[in-house]
Amino acid sequence: MNAQRKPPRIGDSPAIRRILIAFVLFFGAILVVAPLVVIFTQAFSQGFAAFVANIVHPDTRHAILLTVLTALIAVPLNTAFGVAAAWAITKFDFRGKRALIVLIEIPFSISPIVAGVAYLFVYGLQGLFGPALQSADIKILFALPGIVLASMFVTAPFVARELIPLMQAQGRDLEEAATSLGASGWRTFLSVTLPNIRWALLYGVVLCNARVMGEFGAVSVVSGNIRGQTNTLPLHVELLYHDYNTAGAFAAASILTLLALVTIVAKVLLEKQGAGRASRPALAASAKPAASTEGAKP
Amino acid sequence: MRRRVLPGLPLSLGITLFYAGLIIALPIGALIFKAASLGPEEYWRIVTSGRALASYRVTVLAALIATVFNLVFGLALAWVLVRYSFPGKRLLDAIVDLPFALPTAVAGIALTTLFASNGWFGSLLAEAGIRVAYTPIGIMIAMAFTSLPFIVRTVQPVLEDLDPALEEAAQSLGGTDGEIFRRVILPLLTPALLAGVSLSFARSLGEFGAIIFIAGNQPFETEITALLVFIRLEEYDYQAAAAIASVLLFTAFLMLAATNILQARALRYTARG
Repeated sequence: MNAQRKPPRIGDSPAIRRILIAFVLFFGAILVVAPLVVIFTQAFSQGFAAFVANIVHPDTRHAILLTVLTALIAVPLNTAFGVAAAWAITKFDFRGKRALIVLIEIPFSISPIVAGVAYLFVYGLQGLFGPALQSADIKILFALPGIVLASMFVTAPFVARELIPLMQAQGRDLEEAATSLGASGWRTFLSVTLPNIRWALLYGVVLCNARVMGEFGAVSVVSGNIRGQTNTLPLHVELLYHDYNTAGAFAAASILTLLALVTIVAKVLLEKQGAGRASRPALAASAKPAASTEGAKP
Repeated sequence: MRRRVLPGLPLSLGITLFYAGLIIALPIGALIFKAASLGPEEYWRIVTSGRALASYRVTVLAALIATVFNLVFGLALAWVLVRYSFPGKRLLDAIVDLPFALPTAVAGIALTTLFASNGWFGSLLAEAGIRVAYTPIGIMIAMAFTSLPFIVRTVQPVLEDLDPALEEAAQSLGGTDGEIFRRVILPLLTPALLAGVSLSFARSLGEFGAIIFIAGNQPFETEITALLVFIRLEEYDYQAAAAIASVLLFTAFLMLAATNILQARALRYTARG
């Protein structure tokens, strides 16, 4: 943050200052604060007892469990992938590295609906493996595996994009020193690399988890929306809302909103440790060895 | 060329290629394969059908307006967060990320409730004769919400690193605040602004969850392309779903390329300063 300076900088006149602050607070209140407030007022619109009844309803409980289960599978797999990808990309030189980075980034810019449709054409009956899977009696779509796979697609870049710029900026010297002193690869990773990347790693995991638990479009294509069976919490919100059960929909939504608020608090705390924003803009240039060093804040 | 001394290349690259291949490349390849199997004439007929064209128009137009709004609002927000201090600033800074953290379906029902004709804002606007929910304006608001953080977060670091000496020099040469902003600061922010704009626009083009609740989803009027794909699926018209989804996919590829070029430029720009 910039220290307060003696000579006034441009835009420091009281009038401009007031107008700009009022402008952002006005639209911030409408676009960001009001949705938060309306979620909780609607969730409690029929009283606290009704709210609790909505939350403990078997279908809602099942949706919560399915969402947590999905995250418990998808997030660790995604984390392992992100760490492996960052290690391969930042510690070695190989041909096609740039293309690999672009491939990992792709899910970030693809519509979740397109992701869901794409999975349909792999595992669905009209897809590549559908007929074979059906004759082997393996269910992927409209079941947990499909939900997990679609979630893994949309969040594939989350951990890698936090780690790659950071590990790029940190270079290879420490790891090379450790291995030349006789440490094994795992030992080097666990006691040299991991301590340096732990906050960025946790940051990526937190954001990945929030997206997995909140994913709607992609999961809505592959899950089949079977009430009490393949309905994740965001899908359950939609289902209740379309049933005109507004209080129920917002009660379920309030759980997801709490998750979002916890995520934001965790994000702020991790950014204080140097994770996240500091290393974010470097992603586009991370394929070049001597990229910017701005991600190297300790 | 340096000698490779670190271990773990086969394992880490193996995991990476397997995961990226199975989770990312395979489904995208399957979608392209399915769309390609239609044959050029059939493909062209589907992707240029009247309803599809109308959905592109609705989506692109709403995304453009939402992005322009976010350009102004995002720049103002970044400016206020970097330049001024006032009570609640840290909270505002944190809450800017809400659209990234809040599941889109939750955002969708919350915005719809606010802007429906009996909602807090919808009822006020209805008195002024403006309908928001179930009109293209609703789509724009949902898009503006979900892509809100992009421009703020790309501009903020550049604004923080801006050298005060540039302003001082311009001031000593007698420039007014407006002139200095337009001719000194804005050019320096432009690469970051453009990178943020392309991210924001790309996100708006693909958004689904937040929009379908507030849009009304009338074919030709308020039906976005992502929803049209979903509807074709529900009608078991898999060929049309594949073809229209491939249009969204190729648009995403284009936007990804644009974003990468703009981000690389933005980075060179900041690295130079």
